[in-house]
Amino acid sequence: MKFYRNVVLIGIDDDSLQSGAREIETLLKREIARHNLSDEINVVEAGALGFFGTGVTLMIHPGQITYINVTKEDIPEIVEEHLLKGRTVSRLIMDSVYSRGYDFNYKHRIVLENSGLINPDLIDEYLGTGGYEALEKALLNMSREEIIEEVKKSGLRGRGGAGFPTGLKWSFTAPLDAKQKYFVINADEGEPGTFKDRLIMEGDPHKLLEGLIISSYAVGASKGYIYIRGEYKLCIERLQRAIDQAREYGILGKKIFGSDFDFDVEIKVGAGAYVCGEETALIESMEGKRGQPRSKPPFPGVVGAWQKPTVVNNVETIANIPGIISQGADWFRGFGTSDCPGTKAYTIMGDVSTPGLCEVDMGTSLRTIIDNYGGGMKNNRKFKAALVGGAAGVFLSDKLLDVKMDYNNLHEYSAVLGSGAILVMNDDVDILEMLWSVIRFFRHESCGKCGPCANGNEILYKLINNLRKGEGKKTDLDQMLQISEAMFNTSFCALGQSLLLPVKSAVTNFKEDFLKRIN
Amino acid sequence: MKIMINGKSYQASPSETVLQVALRNGIYIPHLCYHQRTGPAAKCRACVVQVEGMNGLQTSCNLSVRDNMKVITDSPAVKAAQKMVVDLALSTGKHDCLACEQNGDCELQDAAYYLGIEHPSYQVEIPDYPLDDSSEFIYVERDKCISCGRCVVGCNQNVVNEVINFAYRGFETKIVFDQDLPMGTSSCVQCGECVQLCPVGALIDKRARGKGRPWNLEKIETVCPYCGVGCKLELHVDTLKNEIIRIKGVEDSPTNEGMLCVKGRYGFDFVHSPERLTKPMIKENGQLREAEWDEAINLVASRFNEIIEKHGSDSVAGLASAKVTNEENFVFQKFMRREVGTNNVDHCARL
Repeated sequence: MKFYRNVVLIGIDDDSLQSGAREIETLLKREIARHNLSDEINVVEAGALGFFGTGVTLMIHPGQITYINVTKEDIPEIVEEHLLKGRTVSRLIMDSVYSRGYDFNYKHRIVLENSGLINPDLIDEYLGTGGYEALEKALLNMSREEIIEEVKKSGLRGRGGAGFPTGLKWSFTAPLDAKQKYFVINADEGEPGTFKDRLIMEGDPHKLLEGLIISSYAVGASKGYIYIRGEYKLCIERLQRAIDQAREYGILGKKIFGSDFDFDVEIKVGAGAYVCGEETALIESMEGKRGQPRSKPPFPGVVGAWQKPTVVNNVETIANIPGIISQGADWFRGFGTSDCPGTKAYTIMGDVSTPGLCEVDMGTSLRTIIDNYGGGMKNNRKFKAALVGGAAGVFLSDKLLDVKMDYNNLHEYSAVLGSGAILVMNDDVDILEMLWSVIRFFRHESCGKCGPCANGNEILYKLINNLRKGEGKKTDLDQMLQISEAMFNTSFCALGQSLLLPVKSAVTNFKEDFLKRIN
Repeated sequence: MKIMINGKSYQASPSETVLQVALRNGIYIPHLCYHQRTGPAAKCRACVVQVEGMNGLQTSCNLSVRDNMKVITDSPAVKAAQKMVVDLALSTGKHDCLACEQNGDCELQDAAYYLGIEHPSYQVEIPDYPLDDSSEFIYVERDKCISCGRCVVGCNQNVVNEVINFAYRGFETKIVFDQDLPMGTSSCVQCGECVQLCPVGALIDKRARGKGRPWNLEKIETVCPYCGVGCKLELHVDTLKNEIIRIKGVEDSPTNEGMLCVKGRYGFDFVHSPERLTKPMIKENGQLREAEWDEAINLVASRFNEIIEKHGSDSVAGLASAKVTNEENFVFQKFMRREVGTNNVDHCARL
């Protein structure tokens, strides 16, 4: 293996590609060659480096020097100053651009441990980090029951939003005597403001693949599907490449690692419906039907895709599996809280200094996340609210800034962790406008299967539009609460039930924003 | 097994749902998408009830009964939820009963009546759906559609014509014919199954419009005169005018289970046709003249006898109509074989 003096990581994700990351990469390599440094400096494509709205980002090792908003014009300077002469270009360094430093929190990363550090397009780099060792251990040294037991012991809960215990979910399907079972990865990340799964898949596709193979082995599924949203072009590309490489290495296919386990994976591309993140609608869509939820029971774990037992798990959930298998449930329980062990990937957006992605222990407070990983409030504005959990989440006021965030604890405050999207708002933001946007989203995404959701969203949208125009009445607020309450009680699936939390939390926690529009 | 509904015990069989047991015993639970022939869809959400030991409200249409299940259908919480569901449906469509053809026979109206909804509480603009009167017999008014999906199931699973389906999403969801064609240019064969199943006035019998309220029409059961299947019909008759206004299939008929074909459902105009033969006609010197039944039958009998005597029994043949019943066909072949003495007997049911 060749050693290099410097390694330049360039974050390649959908965000940076739009800022011209590929062009800059070409230019960077050309400049390095021009200075005859090609033997000393290695340029590596990595997944997202962890923050957003920062254009093209480079991280140079050793030293973990991070340049943000890099343009073509900056490249000659970076190469000459930093790579040739060893002087950093301070005006582009992230820490100098933002008042606080950025905490990468590498020691407490599980699902993102390799993201931004290895080249996701090369299976060898993943193998170099100990990749696929968990799979080997699972297939050769562990029984199916032992794997499920280990996952149960780890206390891992579904990271898609509902927080259902993963081991328990598997244990419904594993004992079923069926000729065919399926394992489906839900990568239809549709919750507004959530892009953690995209970054996991872009940054470390093999981790997901390894988790999928182990999980499928545990429940006895011989075929896996990754249902991924169509907009995630780069993810699809990288996952497909990962699958191809794994096949080539004998990690997918017949008799994996000499065991008697056969397994293969197929990518199914979604067509852009939020409701297809609901597992039964996802299955309908996979079968080629309209993406609408099915009645439960029977649950997909018993009667799922093509009527066969099917486990559906979120990307982040499954990306935790290799770690749990290789290092054990006790190691996993070393992270997070006793009810909700492990870490959680959050996407922080809105009025913070460094919007982006972080992975922290479960139970980390909102304040810590905003301050340490979001770089604090942008321009030192006052915190007003955070929408936690995506559009189906809750508008939290500053009273809950210090609450430990995990599935159980937030529940006590009538809030949810959801998908882990955190939208931070400063005191300039009108919560009525935010709620309008949430309702407009749900109105657009309601699938139309059941009455309360399709009709209720339409009426909520009409009511909030009236309020927005200053034509609303005080009774409209009560009506909005009544309707969302009824939608919660009667809607077919979680989509229609979701409105209650944002509507209730906005109208009760930020009532003044509504009252001031009512004459 | 037994289940308790609102504190009273009822006999139930394991294959039944809570809604079925309730309806069978005269306990009304509002329901818009359930129909015995399309099955539970759990789409309209109006049939929610409370069940002891279960979290939240349950839709009774797809809830299988369990022994000793305790169901509440009329608590304030249940009725409030039902009321909101029905109110939302009423608020988001053009449900003006006064001129609606379905008035008096409308399941949305029944639900509103039961829940005491006088006016819809909310008003929203509904998408501007043009009326579709492009087809011969069916009038499509999407403003009144509540997206219950019965017509979709009926078209695709009962009669398997596969014309109707849902298209678009959310509040814009609507039923479409083929690839959103007008019904008249679609591949619809006008069997009217969708009209029969529609709980509201979205799909109605075009020719019956304005010709009588459901409660003014007498319902008369009969058998379809067209083919040998023998579908049971329910004629809706204006008795004062002695006129058939519309025909529906009889839901509990074992023969057709409510389904009909285009001829059986819509091909009844011949009944009132002035060109219809009401008396036998005898041709004399190339001219047809009216005759009485006795004369006509005597003429046919005597001519047959003459031919048989002169040329033998096998010189005549009998062709029966496939429109008559099996029993009538049986009698006919018996007549040909025993009375006439020939095996030359056939019927017209040929394709």
